[in-house]
Amino acid sequence: MIREIPRVGVYVCHCGANIAAKVDVEEVARFASKLDFVESARDYKFMCSDPGQQLVVDDIREKGLNRIVVASCSPRMHEKTFRKACQKAGLNPYYFQMACIREHDAWVTEDPGEATDKAKELVQGAVSRVLHHESLVPRTVDINPNVLVIGGGIAGMQAALTIADAGKTVYLVEREPCIGGNMAKFDKTFPTLDCAACILTPKMVAVGQHENIELLTYSEVVDVEGFVGNFKATVRKKPRYVDMDKCTGCGVCNEKCPAKAISEFDQGLSKRKAIYSPFPQAVPNTPVIDRDMCIYFKKGKCRACEKFCEADAIDFDQQEEKITLDVGAIIVATGFKPFDPSVAERYGYGKYPEVYTSLEFERVNNATGPTEGQIRLKDGRVPETMAIIHCVGSRDKNHNAYCSRVCCMYSMKYAHLIREKTGANVYEFYIDIRSPGKGYEEFYNRVQSEGVQFIRGNVAGVTDKAIGEDEKGKLIVLAEDSLSGRFLRVPVDAVVLSVGLEAAEGAEAVARMVGISQDQDGWFNELHPKLAPQATPSDGIFLAGCCQGPKDIPDTVSTANGAAAEALSLIMREKVEVEAAVSSIDAERCMGCRQCETICMFDAIEYDSALNVCVVNEAICKGCGLCASTCPNKAIGVRHFGNEQILSEMEGVML
Amino acid sequence: MKEESKEFTPNILYALCSWCGSGGSETAGAMKLHYPENVKPVRFYCTGGIDPVYIFRALLEGADGVVVSGCHPGDCHFDTGNYRARRRIAAVKTILNTLGLDGDRVWLRWVGHGEGKRFVDTASEFDEHIQEKGPSPLKGIRGV
Repeated sequence: MIREIPRVGVYVCHCGANIAAKVDVEEVARFASKLDFVESARDYKFMCSDPGQQLVVDDIREKGLNRIVVASCSPRMHEKTFRKACQKAGLNPYYFQMACIREHDAWVTEDPGEATDKAKELVQGAVSRVLHHESLVPRTVDINPNVLVIGGGIAGMQAALTIADAGKTVYLVEREPCIGGNMAKFDKTFPTLDCAACILTPKMVAVGQHENIELLTYSEVVDVEGFVGNFKATVRKKPRYVDMDKCTGCGVCNEKCPAKAISEFDQGLSKRKAIYSPFPQAVPNTPVIDRDMCIYFKKGKCRACEKFCEADAIDFDQQEEKITLDVGAIIVATGFKPFDPSVAERYGYGKYPEVYTSLEFERVNNATGPTEGQIRLKDGRVPETMAIIHCVGSRDKNHNAYCSRVCCMYSMKYAHLIREKTGANVYEFYIDIRSPGKGYEEFYNRVQSEGVQFIRGNVAGVTDKAIGEDEKGKLIVLAEDSLSGRFLRVPVDAVVLSVGLEAAEGAEAVARMVGISQDQDGWFNELHPKLAPQATPSDGIFLAGCCQGPKDIPDTVSTANGAAAEALSLIMREKVEVEAAVSSIDAERCMGCRQCETICMFDAIEYDSALNVCVVNEAICKGCGLCASTCPNKAIGVRHFGNEQILSEMEGVML
Repeated sequence: MKEESKEFTPNILYALCSWCGSGGSETAGAMKLHYPENVKPVRFYCTGGIDPVYIFRALLEGADGVVVSGCHPGDCHFDTGNYRARRRIAAVKTILNTLGLDGDRVWLRWVGHGEGKRFVDTASEFDEHIQEKGPSPLKGIRGV
């Protein structure tokens, strides 16, 4: 193949002090300038800055460079930036190669001398690779304008509404029978004390009625295939045994159903029927039949609901259904689950009936909850003293090391509600009060002035072993007051455990399905914690709400709108540029064995029986290279990741 | 390029896929976790695209060991590329063993995008492992 003589330009970036503090960048540039075909090599403070990019543009034009190597950060960060700079100067963007001397060298190497040596090797690898680069034309594919939102809590609902209001179709998938998520279980919201239902219900109704939102409740996304702009999601619709089109939501079935079960929505504090809606304002208001508790399903007799249903909506023969959705972007909003305090035995949860988790206590406070919003002990008495224990499962090396961010605030909300509703004495056992937010510190001050006692110290345990008369029949909170240095025994009537937040059940499966990663605590990783907080390393997948870490409602709504904006910004482009790196088959070498056709995951290879060769469909090929490494005749090459390119880079870094 | 110290410093190639493997290496970078500088990452598109020939070539060209990291099973960006890689690496090991050239100079270990620690641990463990083995018998066999 006749090629022009390569004239390589090498640019070594200081990245401020990120690289230059470890790597002798001038020395690396000097070294690079002596490599074969290198026309010019220089170092610069910030290559990604406008003047840095301009250096590349000017040198291409003035020095006639036709290959560019930038030694800086990871290609994920700035490959696109420099490819664009090449393009601006009239050079094909694929004549560019990046040497990653920050993430792969300066940041991970102890010794400056060795870091400099490694940088030289990585640069040498990039230079030898770029010599073999070919000019490629980036491909564009159409973007499907629909968006899939996984999770129907406040984050998923908000994201869906924002996108739907922009006129785009949204599929909102929720695994529970209705939307609303954790927020629907809350009573009041801090620090304004407006009721969660009052602000959430209108949103739920808006989602349910929106012409651009297709709501899929009691459904789970079970598979996601494809790539940015063109995802195919498979959704499993669990049978409700109630026809959603016929049901009027009158509730007669629920009244007549003789079977009782524990209410998950009320955190096990009350009973529900086998045919049920989780709560009265549920959207959609079509009930579901709990197959495990239904007498008909268990014993083959009953069908009371069916007899009384005037709309003839009960359908015991309903089957599970699988549907496929074509979407261009996916927003993951799978939320959180509360920490289960039964694993931390010292708090006595599960042992003493008057020890509640915070979510249970939300239900106790809620007007639609088991006590109709009255704070009562299990025997019906009004409590005289209560303790609220912060950081249960959070900031604790035995459980979760992180701060769950919302517990201080909701604990103080409880303190306020207890004082207001019962006048009981309230003790807050805290480690530090974290109240950063609009009106949050003011709320803390308000609760303090309401007579709530704040005790700074970790709680050692909760017990019912009374010592004195005043402790009889009470729960005793054992704690250290770290401000006075005293050990305390505080007798109370009930204890609320302010449990932290953990990644939702099934988060791992979702991560695998959509191709994103989780951090050590199970939260989803964003592309960049500061500058790309809603995007993920997988193009077209965005994060909203607590699935990426604990958040309060305002932050959840903000991130949901952020994710919606990113998804909209993507689908409004209508076309997306995809890697030009695809396979190609040399028909001269191909013997038509069709192994590549079998191995290709994307059906991108077709067999031409007339010529007895295989042909790559470039529009479908993703460039993974499976076929190339399988081909026994080495007839297949992957553009930009070809044999020559890879081998020369490998040899370059090893010299 | 490196001076011979009293201990042998192996030349190690770390083959990474562009997704989880590279992601793990970058997470390690962002967390500033150190690993031996003689472990040199090279980016491939997918571990499934790593031709066994690349590994043999690396060993012939002066690598004392090759370690490959891609997405965990089930996480492959291309669905099943990592399973292909797993089979191929197993075959590469068998071929090396058959030829009397230690198959244990090639490792495959899954590293997820967020697993910076695992990436660094793999790099360090493999470095120690190859240090114990000593220089590759293939080294320089191709001559100049």
